[in-house]
Amino acid sequence: MTASAWTPAPVALPLLAAAAVALFGHKVPRFVRTVIAFATSAFTAIVTAGLAWASLGDPIVYWFGDWAPRGQIPLGVCFVVDPIGAGLAALASVLVTAAVTFADRYFDDVQAVFHVLMLAFLGAIAGFCLTGDLFNLFVFFELMSAAAFALCGYKSREPGPLQGAINFGVTNTIGGFLVLDGLTLLYGRTGALNLAQIARTLGGAHDGLVIAAFALITCGFFVKAAVVPLHFWLPDAHAVAPTPVSVVFSGVMVECGVYAVARLYATVFAPSFAGFVPHARGLIIGAGVITALVGGVMCLAQRHLKRLLAFSTVAHVGVMVSGIGLLDARAFGGVATYVLGHGLVKSSLFLTAGMYLHRLRSVDELELRGRGGALPGALFLAGGLALAGAPPFGTFGGESEIEAAADSLGYGWLGIVFTIAAILTAGAVLRAAMRISFGWGPSDGEEDRGERSEETETRPGPGLPLAMWVPAAVLLALAFVLGTLTGLDRALRESALRFQDSSAYAARVLDGVVSAVPSAEPSADDGSSLPRSLLVVVLSCATAFAALFRERIPAGVRKLAVALLGGALRRLRALQSGHVGDYVTWLVLGVACFGALSALLLR
Amino acid sequence: MTALVTHLPFFVAIWVLACGLYGIITSKNLVHLVVCVAVLQSSTYVLLVLVGFREGGAAPVFYDLPLGTLVVDPIVQALMLTDVVVEATVMALLLAMVVRVYERTGVLDPDALLRLRG
Repeated sequence: MTASAWTPAPVALPLLAAAAVALFGHKVPRFVRTVIAFATSAFTAIVTAGLAWASLGDPIVYWFGDWAPRGQIPLGVCFVVDPIGAGLAALASVLVTAAVTFADRYFDDVQAVFHVLMLAFLGAIAGFCLTGDLFNLFVFFELMSAAAFALCGYKSREPGPLQGAINFGVTNTIGGFLVLDGLTLLYGRTGALNLAQIARTLGGAHDGLVIAAFALITCGFFVKAAVVPLHFWLPDAHAVAPTPVSVVFSGVMVECGVYAVARLYATVFAPSFAGFVPHARGLIIGAGVITALVGGVMCLAQRHLKRLLAFSTVAHVGVMVSGIGLLDARAFGGVATYVLGHGLVKSSLFLTAGMYLHRLRSVDELELRGRGGALPGALFLAGGLALAGAPPFGTFGGESEIEAAADSLGYGWLGIVFTIAAILTAGAVLRAAMRISFGWGPSDGEEDRGERSEETETRPGPGLPLAMWVPAAVLLALAFVLGTLTGLDRALRESALRFQDSSAYAARVLDGVVSAVPSAEPSADDGSSLPRSLLVVVLSCATAFAALFRERIPAGVRKLAVALLGGALRRLRALQSGHVGDYVTWLVLGVACFGALSALLLR
Repeated sequence: MTALVTHLPFFVAIWVLACGLYGIITSKNLVHLVVCVAVLQSSTYVLLVLVGFREGGAAPVFYDLPLGTLVVDPIVQALMLTDVVVEATVMALLLAMVVRVYERTGVLDPDALLRLRG
């Protein structure tokens, strides 16, 4: 059996398993449902990792029902598997595996619907990552969203989760419509839905319609990726979703939005905007930088652990978007490594927050002060260091690659933005870890104003169940091991080179022409990234200490800090109003700004 | 004048889109809000129909039409049908959540539901 025969499996298997659990789930004990969900997602992880491996030399093109193109006109729908898409699907499968394991001991009563939704969500993400057809991409996007809305509102007996889920549902549905409008314009122009054929028919055409389609599709996926100011739904949704669900939301769903923007820009729009590369860079990097800074500042100001982690996801998305905004293969390979490292580390942190909620009945940093146990404390601390980009976690390798690419393109200042974002987010996580584990710092402060409530999800039990701490530890260990594999880095860089080549993609899909494997130049590590990352780690710890022992800072310095940041922070907090109408207003403003800037800059 | 007529559906799509967005932003009732999302969705139908329409084209059923007859684009109709199905699911889900909100709190005003902020 060849590798290509396995291509539909990552979509078909989870969806079939979801249907089976939906039909017969209530007749079997809970344990059986967990085993089915675990086995399916673990097997999907193996298949997608295998597909990523098999497609290293040459992308796998799979035509459903054997409807291969006739005379270069695609009749059917195809999956185009490359290591980056398949790798993202593999990350999703691993996180779903960890989440269903954790969920077994976590909820009082895991209903069959939880496993059904998780498996449908996994199937949708796998399809989203593998497809080579624009409308197919939209359908999987909507399927993923629908499953996610339901998962977010899973604790539907409480108003908090319902509010989060409604905000999430309304904003993301509008994002879906933006994508649909953009793809309709592209279809009207090219008469094609296959990405390769759209690219070939457009042939680098550059006019108002292409710009409008670019702005609509990019903004639509930016809603999912939570780029400021389209991000307001994310902290609400991630904080109120059940912890195992927050894991997959933060670890992979948000990254899918970034992936789609990169995929469509590289495959469809890059030839059209070939003469406008600096402008396109400015547009996307600008969005990324604002996102990284706003996310970082808000992250430091939270006391609700899951909300804190959610805002740190916003900051890290900013780094990823800036990375793809460089429109460079090396930076893109770095983003792929970064997504992998970030997804594993962030998931482990969310699971640890879930352990606190289970053991100590709270995720409020100030309430938990000095009460944490050794094991979750160690996991939280290690996760915080990994978020800071401590070597050899994947976040370190990814960030130094993006920075190296930014340096060589003349965007060296991006390194400073990344450093600030890393210091703010890692500083917040380390502060929380030290306050909870060691009882350091005051029990009130600026964090006091934030959101704090969280309903418990479990009945209290003695000790930490194995099914809770093992997934968190395994994810963190995976992030560590993957960061040490130098081959992975190189493979991702080569895949990124191919990913960026629009004409080779079209030739492979439509004509079956296999292009030579691009060889990435070995990473020119000048030895400056290691001291830099150590500096970031030290500064993050310093931020955490400064937040914890703020009484000991001289009064003058404290006053200056409050004067500089206090007002901005209050305003940022006020924007996060929890009102869906406000969020949609910001969404409209953001899309209008992005559209107007695209029209001005890319014209 | 002809340009205005050919582009009229396009302006209709933008108008419907704007109406839906205005409704969502100013809504004081969650059921009304979900219906506004449905209005917003209708704008995508108009756009799809506009893209697939051919002047003088017949319905794309070749049962009694000779091959080569000019027909309207059948693909956008398939797209629209998929769109309808997908969004019907989302609407049902959102409305189910609104029902839950009403059961829990007894109000439907989004202003009264501000548990999360800051």
